[in-house]
Amino acid sequence: MAMTENAPETPADMKVSDEVAIEIQGMNKWYGAFHVLRDIDLTVYRGERIVICGPSGSGKSTLIRCINALEEHQKGSINVDGTVLSSDIKNIDRVRSEVGMVFQHFNLFPHLTILENCTLAPIWVRKTPKREAEETAMHFLEKVKIPEQADKYPGQLSGGQQQRVAIARSLCMKPRIMLFDEPTSALDPEMISEVLDTMIELAEEGMTMLCVTHEMGFARKVANRVIFMDAGQIVEQNEPEEFFNNPQSDRTKLFLSQILGH
Amino acid sequence: MAEPRTAAFVRHDQLPPSPPPAAETGVIKWLRENLFSSVLNSVLTLAALYCIYALLSGFLPWFFNGVWDAESVRDCNEQMGENRGGCFAAIEATWRQMVFGIYPNDIYWRPVTAFVLLWVAFAPVLFQAVPRKLLYFTLLYPFLAYWLVWGGTVLIPVLALLGLVVGYVVYSRLVDQSFAMGFLGGVLAAAIFWWLSGFITSNAGDVLALREVATRNIGGFMLNMILGVVCVSLSLPLGIVLALGRQSSMPIIKWICVIFIEFVRGVPLITLLFVANVVLAYFLPPGTNFDLILRVIIMITMFAGAYIAEVIRGGLAALPRGQYEAADSLGLDYAQSMRLIILPQALKISIPGIVNVAVGLFKDTTLVSVISMFDLVGIIRGPILASTEWNGVYWEVFGFAACLFFIICYGISQYSQWLERQLATDRR
Repeated sequence: MAMTENAPETPADMKVSDEVAIEIQGMNKWYGAFHVLRDIDLTVYRGERIVICGPSGSGKSTLIRCINALEEHQKGSINVDGTVLSSDIKNIDRVRSEVGMVFQHFNLFPHLTILENCTLAPIWVRKTPKREAEETAMHFLEKVKIPEQADKYPGQLSGGQQQRVAIARSLCMKPRIMLFDEPTSALDPEMISEVLDTMIELAEEGMTMLCVTHEMGFARKVANRVIFMDAGQIVEQNEPEEFFNNPQSDRTKLFLSQILGH
Repeated sequence: MAEPRTAAFVRHDQLPPSPPPAAETGVIKWLRENLFSSVLNSVLTLAALYCIYALLSGFLPWFFNGVWDAESVRDCNEQMGENRGGCFAAIEATWRQMVFGIYPNDIYWRPVTAFVLLWVAFAPVLFQAVPRKLLYFTLLYPFLAYWLVWGGTVLIPVLALLGLVVGYVVYSRLVDQSFAMGFLGGVLAAAIFWWLSGFITSNAGDVLALREVATRNIGGFMLNMILGVVCVSLSLPLGIVLALGRQSSMPIIKWICVIFIEFVRGVPLITLLFVANVVLAYFLPPGTNFDLILRVIIMITMFAGAYIAEVIRGGLAALPRGQYEAADSLGLDYAQSMRLIILPQALKISIPGIVNVAVGLFKDTTLVSVISMFDLVGIIRGPILASTEWNGVYWEVFGFAACLFFIICYGISQYSQWLERQLATDRR
């Protein structure tokens, strides 16, 4: 992975270590007879911020959902933070509690308040005392700039606010890796920037992040690697500047011309 | 094209919000809008008014000419003379039987106490505002109620309770190793404890004994209440387990649940009750005295549990997949995500359906009259209407029975609507 060594090229001089966070080797996945992911090899270093893009149905969401075992892979290996994902439930739960995930449709728990959404997993999974979990939750709610909504229910918040709560909820587990699955695709245009700002802030603090997104401005600004997927394969990966200005494969060129065309 | 236009428009001041136009009010307007808005509606209104008049003109004289103090039907008719009226004296004379069956008169205080305490036990379950500590009483209540209603030595319910405690202690010791081990160990420990305690009760069986009342003497509305309360309370957890089992990825568990649900739902309740009454005895070792009420409870609980399972399955299916994924992605295990995330939401969606089953089940408890148990309907059809004094007073006594059932069922329905409003957090 030569490109990660060239850290100075990356935006906002954010450091990337040599320590491996996620190692995927020869990973394959099928839905029935349909081959969704084909021979995926990917190494993610700690502190890296990776943007994954590609046309719909290219397997990009499935890829990051395999990393926290929301989807099962059938061939190859995934090693997350030293834990190999197998069918062992204990391993899967350990990986999940170390890897935060933010969904396209937020998936907040509608029957719990914002604060309860944030404290639930720390209390039940990490066995954190309630008081301490609430303090942590308020800290992260302040960080995503909505501490005043703590006692409301998700249904009372706007989409952008809900997505920020979802980010805070993941952060409360103090994850070492964050996965974002099209976090802004379900938002009204005027709410996208507040969510992206939160993600940029997170990136600046050195969080390892994998984002499936079509926000190319965000990719240019914070990513130190952009991965382009098509038909279940990684077609091209490069630093953002190179990726956008000098795409190599025809498929990438076509995709970029389509999304950057207007 | 040549016409110059002013396309640009900028608003500098925001319009203040104003109240909606004052509606024209008044009785006449309301009448015209709601009752006489068209020819057809006017006709329907008049027809409805006539129906109400016809009903009331029949009912009110019958009610107000009624006789409340009489020895028998003949006495009633003599007192009424020409007027037609209800013989409410029948209710006056037989309400004790209708409520308590043939429970001994002098110890009515026992079921009455049990009934009053029932509400204390229900309070913390039904209302979040009641102190949680009261839940301990709720746990004790079934044993206390059994002792009050059936009587006998206090040792039986106490030892039964202790057996559960022993089972739970063993379970919590072993569950760290594996759930199956804890579960089996707990059941085994409780069973051994109960088996041993059988000797204690048969030898030293007079400690704090209340007068024993035989099962066949327990009847009337009290029997319907016992069956209704016990079966609803038991069928809800059974339904939850069956619904989750039916969703399980483990094929054996899944198929056991599917077969159970489909079989029980496909059989009329009456059939199950006959099985409880007659057939079950063949399967039990000779000499075992397996109480009829207990057998009936098991059958009704199975029946209602299967229905509730299907209602809850609907609730589970209505939840977006994202809720399961969010719970998983936070690292919650299966039990936690079910208990904290999935079931609270699925049960909330299922409340109307569950209440529907519960109300239906409560009324279905009258079916036990068919296997000659003297519940409210059984005792009216049997001893009361067959007696020489009150032969033929159908309307009055069945009206009384209907009122008792209506009060409870309407109460359940009102509670469930209140609960739904309390829990409506997502659509606020």
